[in-house]
Parts: sequence; C-alpha cells; structure tokens
Amino acid sequence: MTRTLFAVLSAVLFSGCVVFRGELEADPVTHMLLQLPALALAGVLLLLATDLRFVKLPAYFANAITLVAVFAVFFWMLPRYIDASLINPFVEFAKFLTLPTLVGASLALAWRQAHPFLRGFLKANAISMLGVLGFLYIHAPLRICNSYLVSDQQRLGYGFLIAAIAVSLAWTFPLFFPSPSETGASQSKTNKVTV
Amino acid sequence: MSAQSSIYRWFPSLGVLVLGVGTLWAATDGFRALTEESARRLQVAESRPQVPSLLLEDMNGRILGLTHGAFADKAGEERQITLVEFIYTSCPTICQTAGSDYAQLRDRLKQSGLGDRVRLLSVSFDPEQDGPEELRGYAEAHGADGVLWNIARVGVQDLELMKRSFGLRVIPDVWGGYEHNAAMHLIDPSGRFSAVFDIDDVEGAYRALEERL
Repeated sequence: MTRTLFAVLSAVLFSGCVVFRGELEADPVTHMLLQLPALALAGVLLLLATDLRFVKLPAYFANAITLVAVFAVFFWMLPRYIDASLINPFVEFAKFLTLPTLVGASLALAWRQAHPFLRGFLKANAISMLGVLGFLYIHAPLRICNSYLVSDQQRLGYGFLIAAIAVSLAWTFPLFFPSPSETGASQSKTNKVTV
Repeated sequence: MSAQSSIYRWFPSLGVLVLGVGTLWAATDGFRALTEESARRLQVAESRPQVPSLLLEDMNGRILGLTHGAFADKAGEERQITLVEFIYTSCPTICQTAGSDYAQLRDRLKQSGLGDRVRLLSVSFDPEQDGPEELRGYAEAHGADGVLWNIARVGVQDLELMKRSFGLRVIPDVWGGYEHNAAMHLIDPSGRFSAVFDIDDVEGAYRALEERL
C-alpha cells in the first residue's frame, strides 16, 4: 500500500519537474533549490517503491554507491552544466535521468548502510559546501551562470545560505533529543538516579 | 579474514573515485572551465573559430564588415586586427564602463603608434532600438572617432548568427534592459575569433594586440 503511494508520489514529482520545467528553470532559485532536489527525491521514492529497499549491502559496497551520488551532485553543481541544461536538450535529458537514478536512488539504496564516518563526513561537507556556495553567489560581481541575472544569482546565494542553516539544524537538532532506542540501557539507569 | 580480502574491499570505492574524478575532469576541460563563460573562452583560445563575415551598419549609415576581409572602406583595409565588444546604447551600466575601458585602450594604441593598424568595434545587439542616431550618441559620449573606434549595429536577420558565433548570451533584466556577457573579442588577421578579454582587462587586450602586430 505504501509502495503504491511511493510510486505514485515519485511519478507525480518527476512529471511535475518535467511539465513545469519552463517555470522552474526560469528562476535559478527554483531551478537549483526546488527542481534538482525534487528530481533526486523522485528517485528516492522510486527506489522505496521496489524490493531494492530491502537489499542488504556490504558496507564497502554501500560506501561506493554513496560516492556515486556524491559525484553526481558535484557534476550538477557545476554552473557550466546548469547553463547547458537550459540550451542543450541532451544535457537537459541527462539531468532528468541522472538526478533521480544516480543521486536519489543511489542514496535511498546505500546511505543508511554506508559507514557512519562517511555519512558524517558527507553531512559536514554538504553544510560547508552550501555555505561557501551561498557566499560565493551573493558576492560574485560577475554572472556565474550566463543564463541568469546577477540579482537572481544573489537571491540564489541567500537560498543556499538558508539551505545550509536548515540542513545543519535538521541534522543536529535530533542529536539533542535522542530516541530511547539510541540511548540504550545505561542512559535509562542514569535517568533513574537523577530522578 | 585474510589481508587480501580487506584490500579488495577498497576496490568499489576506489573505482567510483577514479571514475568520478575522471568524469569531472573531462566535463570541466581539466578543471579549467567550471562556468559557461570560461568554457567559451577556452574553446575560442583553442579552436579559434572562423567568424562569419557579417555586414554591419555603422553610426554614419555606412556598411562595413565584421571581419577584416569584408571591410568596405579604404582606411579599413590596413587595419588587420579587430577588437569587438557587444553593447546596447540604452544600457545604463556595464556598456558605459565598457565604453570608458575602450577609450583607455584607444589612447594607449594611439600613444604607441598602433592606432592605425587596429580597429575597435562596439556592436549593438539591439538593432531595433539602436539606429545610427543612437549609435552616434554613444560615440559622442565616449569619443569614438569612427575610424579607429567605430560604433555599429548588426542587422536583425544576422543577430542570431552573431550571437551564436560569439557565444553571446543576452537576457532581459527587470528594468527593460539586458544583461549580457560583456567582453572584448579579438578577431585576428585571418578572420578568426582567437581571444576573449574581460571588459576591464585593458592591459591584457593591449598586450595581445601588440603581440599579433
């Protein structure tokens, strides 16, 4: 039942990105911070709708698949290919193909099974990368993407900063409120003492 | 577990690492071009594409060629190198800066005696708005004499071809004007587009001209 829901959501999200690509890509903020993540999310949902979600991978293999997603993200962070996706149909097609598969599906398959150090490292780097991109886009005097205005680029910079803050909050906040299963028995003992 | 099998565990990640870095390396011309603009400049420097010999109309209504070969007037025949920048005259910002940078370049060329062998062109990509009168206004504002430095416009029918040949991207801004990649484009004596300079890189453009003459 949930599977059907995931499949339907994935299809809706993906076709939304395709059908409204003109509107989404007209503004760099919705292009980078809405369309691209939505395409990746469509891939996540697609994988969750299949039996692949139960596949148990050896950690070293999960690490490798996670790295595939990292490189795909790097690629779509290149301003050159964001520009190219707007004028070259092949690049646009590659975007719609690789973000759901190489980024979304890869992460849905391998992220939880990857080594905790790798996950921590990538999370920390994702936050700092978003922050650096934010400052770069806000302060760059030149157009980084030829397709967008400098003023739009600055808005995108603030968008990246907000994303950096949101992601760091989302990842650190739960650490202060651990679920009972994570704290274990020793934690509950100390609780009793303090109470 | 033997030592061997633990080494094999590195293979998938190493493989992805090599493939990933390789892909990024190839996609950015060896990490040299991360943006479309730098890719354009690199491509120009390496492949030196032939510039189509389009005809332009200058501020006095005369027809002249974009490349040296199609030059109409006699004085122009001797001018081997063309430096082109793209403007629209109602531009309040960067085109005006570009104009003053061109003026600096003109002064340096005159001082060093290269002023009669180079042609500076400011070409409007907004032929609907920029008639000869508007072009003359721009020339007067920046001191373009029509010989060493001429202001011209492209014909509406050739606009797309010109934009394509130079990788020129023009997008409307919110004030009814345009944002465009402002740069100086060097067309060498053989009519090839062979270098791009930032609009304020007067020194770099001057040295490149000196080198080629």
